[in-house]
Amino acid sequence: MTDRKKEAREWSRRQMLKTSAAGAALATAGSPMFFVKNAWAAKFRNDPGSSSSITLGFNVPQTGAYSDEGADELRAYKLAVQHLNGEGDGGMLNTMTPKSLKGNGVLGKKVKFVTGDTQTKSDAARASAKRMIEKDGVLMVTGGSSSGVAIAVQGLCQENGIIFMAGLTHSNDTTGKDKKRYGFRHFFNAYMSGAALGPVLEKEYGNQRKAYHLTADYTWGWTQEESMRKFTEALGWQTTAAVKTPVGAGDFSQYITPVLNSGADVLILNHYGKDMINSLTQAVQFGLRDKQVNGKNFEIVVPLFSRLMAQGAGENIKGILGSTNWNWSLKDAGSQAFVKSFGQAYGFPPSMAAHTCYVQTLLYANACEMAGSFYPPEVIKAMEGFKFDGMGNGATEYRAEDHQCFKDVLVVRGNNNPSSQFDLLEVVQEVPRSQVEYDAAIFGGALGPYKV
Amino acid sequence: MDTVSRKGELRLMLIFSAAVLLMPVWLSPFGAAYPDLLQKFAIFGIFAVGFNILFGLTGYLSFGHAVFLGVGSYAAVWSFKLFTMNVIPAVIFGVIFSGIFAALIGFVSLRRSGIYFSILTLAFAQMSYNLAYSVLTPITNGETGLQLRLHDLRMIDALFIEAGEGLPLTNLFGIKMSGYPGFYFCAVLLIIGFYLALRVKNSPFGLALKAIKSNQTRMGYTGFNSRPYMLSAFMISGMYAGLAGALLAVTDPLAGAERMQWTASGEVVLMTILGGAGTLIGPLLGAGLIKYFENIFSSYDDSLLHQAFSYLPDAMNDVVVGMISPFVGDGWHLTLGALFMVIIIFLPGGIVGGITHLWQRLVKKNQEPTEMEGKQQ
Repeated sequence: MTDRKKEAREWSRRQMLKTSAAGAALATAGSPMFFVKNAWAAKFRNDPGSSSSITLGFNVPQTGAYSDEGADELRAYKLAVQHLNGEGDGGMLNTMTPKSLKGNGVLGKKVKFVTGDTQTKSDAARASAKRMIEKDGVLMVTGGSSSGVAIAVQGLCQENGIIFMAGLTHSNDTTGKDKKRYGFRHFFNAYMSGAALGPVLEKEYGNQRKAYHLTADYTWGWTQEESMRKFTEALGWQTTAAVKTPVGAGDFSQYITPVLNSGADVLILNHYGKDMINSLTQAVQFGLRDKQVNGKNFEIVVPLFSRLMAQGAGENIKGILGSTNWNWSLKDAGSQAFVKSFGQAYGFPPSMAAHTCYVQTLLYANACEMAGSFYPPEVIKAMEGFKFDGMGNGATEYRAEDHQCFKDVLVVRGNNNPSSQFDLLEVVQEVPRSQVEYDAAIFGGALGPYKV
Repeated sequence: MDTVSRKGELRLMLIFSAAVLLMPVWLSPFGAAYPDLLQKFAIFGIFAVGFNILFGLTGYLSFGHAVFLGVGSYAAVWSFKLFTMNVIPAVIFGVIFSGIFAALIGFVSLRRSGIYFSILTLAFAQMSYNLAYSVLTPITNGETGLQLRLHDLRMIDALFIEAGEGLPLTNLFGIKMSGYPGFYFCAVLLIIGFYLALRVKNSPFGLALKAIKSNQTRMGYTGFNSRPYMLSAFMISGMYAGLAGALLAVTDPLAGAERMQWTASGEVVLMTILGGAGTLIGPLLGAGLIKYFENIFSSYDDSLLHQAFSYLPDAMNDVVVGMISPFVGDGWHLTLGALFMVIIIFLPGGIVGGITHLWQRLVKKNQEPTEMEGKQQ
């Protein structure tokens, strides 16, 4: 009796399961058509159509090791949006040439923005960028304070047909082997740092040096070490050792002790952000800079410098050579206009991260105006090979072959006699573009298709 | 033997399936109905359901479960790179490899219990994380993360499909696995995973696991060898995590070492406790809540708040926004922490525990607990 009852129940359960499975299958097959109807109607992803505004996505680290840079980037983005919409004093809109922007938004549409936190993690950055693309309907994503993140988000944007304007990313890979049709970088890269620093290092330290590298263990560190070795070894320097250190290690003493007895007389720190502040501070505390090795003064080189890092490292940065994309003390009209409006809005000068992000936003908006459309393939074509001036770096070109900007590079030195708390970097030399230029083919990689 | 009626089980599964599959509809008022977040809900739901098999049933708190998530992701991405962009092999590889890892780690860690077990799993997790981050970079590509490249091998695809110009997309026999189709794929696996978890919980095996939780020593004295049961539970739960990891790679073909970091392991513990450890539906709620906070709360900024409170007079508006803004945007961790404390202090059984309590108060007549919250204590 009970058995039969059980059997009956069993049978009905099976039937119900079957029915529900069929229902699930139906729902799976049917629902995309109901929910994402617009995906088929639009000519391209997130087409603003007849809407009176467009949305841009600012994806920056708001928490974690690079959050200082992220905060400064966000300030610059907000300023760029104001200037694009014709608010404020216009900043670089007054100095940019050639310019198609009219100061009334982009193609007559008001610019709005959404922000996200990358947490300096590829996963979180991609989740945040996806939110912007899928939910907020952004036309363009920009930001990033780490090459790992920039490369990850750039790949995502390529898949989704959304333009990515890279912020602070210095790895050769971003526009090298990982370059993408939808990704653009205004910032310089490790190769250019090496090419610019080489002759200066030779002049200052001679060509009989032994270098010891400490390298952040990820795409940026690797390419920076590679480039620095290439250019210093071309001078006749020897590389004693190159040691990879984990990102965010905090304590670098175990890596610095071996340097003391290695016979090297130059330490090259391929570190960035808080890592660089920590490793430099510890290297100085260990007395490296007071040492004499091989009859020469021991020297430290930090290939990628920023004013924010100099602020963190304090006294230790004095006299140390490095390279930078831009510095607020530059005297050209574009830089001055930007420093003025940034200073008025926030009360202190912008960092190089802020500068590159601001410029990237303006360049994207300008390309839309040039193309007369938001249709990404047209915007990309407008940006490829675009030559411009008046944005702080002199004459600049977006090279079509790899979407890398080519411009002069600054070699800087930690200021020995700073006149203010922001006057930390002294420009040693503005290295002309011709000296840092290279063939786009050397890093490999392929841009991919215009239409995705 | 079976205290829960089959009918009740069926009813639960029907309601659950409907709720999961209709997420795009009922989540849209919360601003959460977009594919990426829905995928995350389903994927971390699977992760939490699997974690609950170990923690909820046996009481063994693993602090290194994110390892299996990472292993699943790496295995899946390698399957995309080496064999095919079809997701079925990727998912299978993800589950198998995480199962193997779970067997190895479980074999060692399960020799201890309580806090020592937790610390051992945490140690293994940190070891694996550091291996992935800086030692095994040829396999994991370190901090940059493992990504697809145009010139990957893709042996099986190369036989059948002409390579396109751009990167190929992950697909299920031609259906691309990003956006809504990706969500439904994850949702179906979540429903299957949930059903299996339900069966495990209500099986004699599940009973043995619960016995381990209540008193493992006594079980030993009665001549019951609990180790094989523990190891199986650990492996099952690791394989769920591997499945979740593989699905992360399916919906977004990238695997990074940070998926294995201890914060990721801690997150799934939070999810489970927040929702209600030991209950079936609790970990799912917890997972949803945390992912919602991470993705939606973190995107609120001051201008959005000003808009939301624009009905207030300007001075009031500024005060209210000033009070709320530390808790949204980059302050979402703060809100989550506060919420977590409130729940731990006032609702020790998690959200599901709280709802059960409320339900029992409201419906005094029907004292018989339903199976959703039924057998936890």
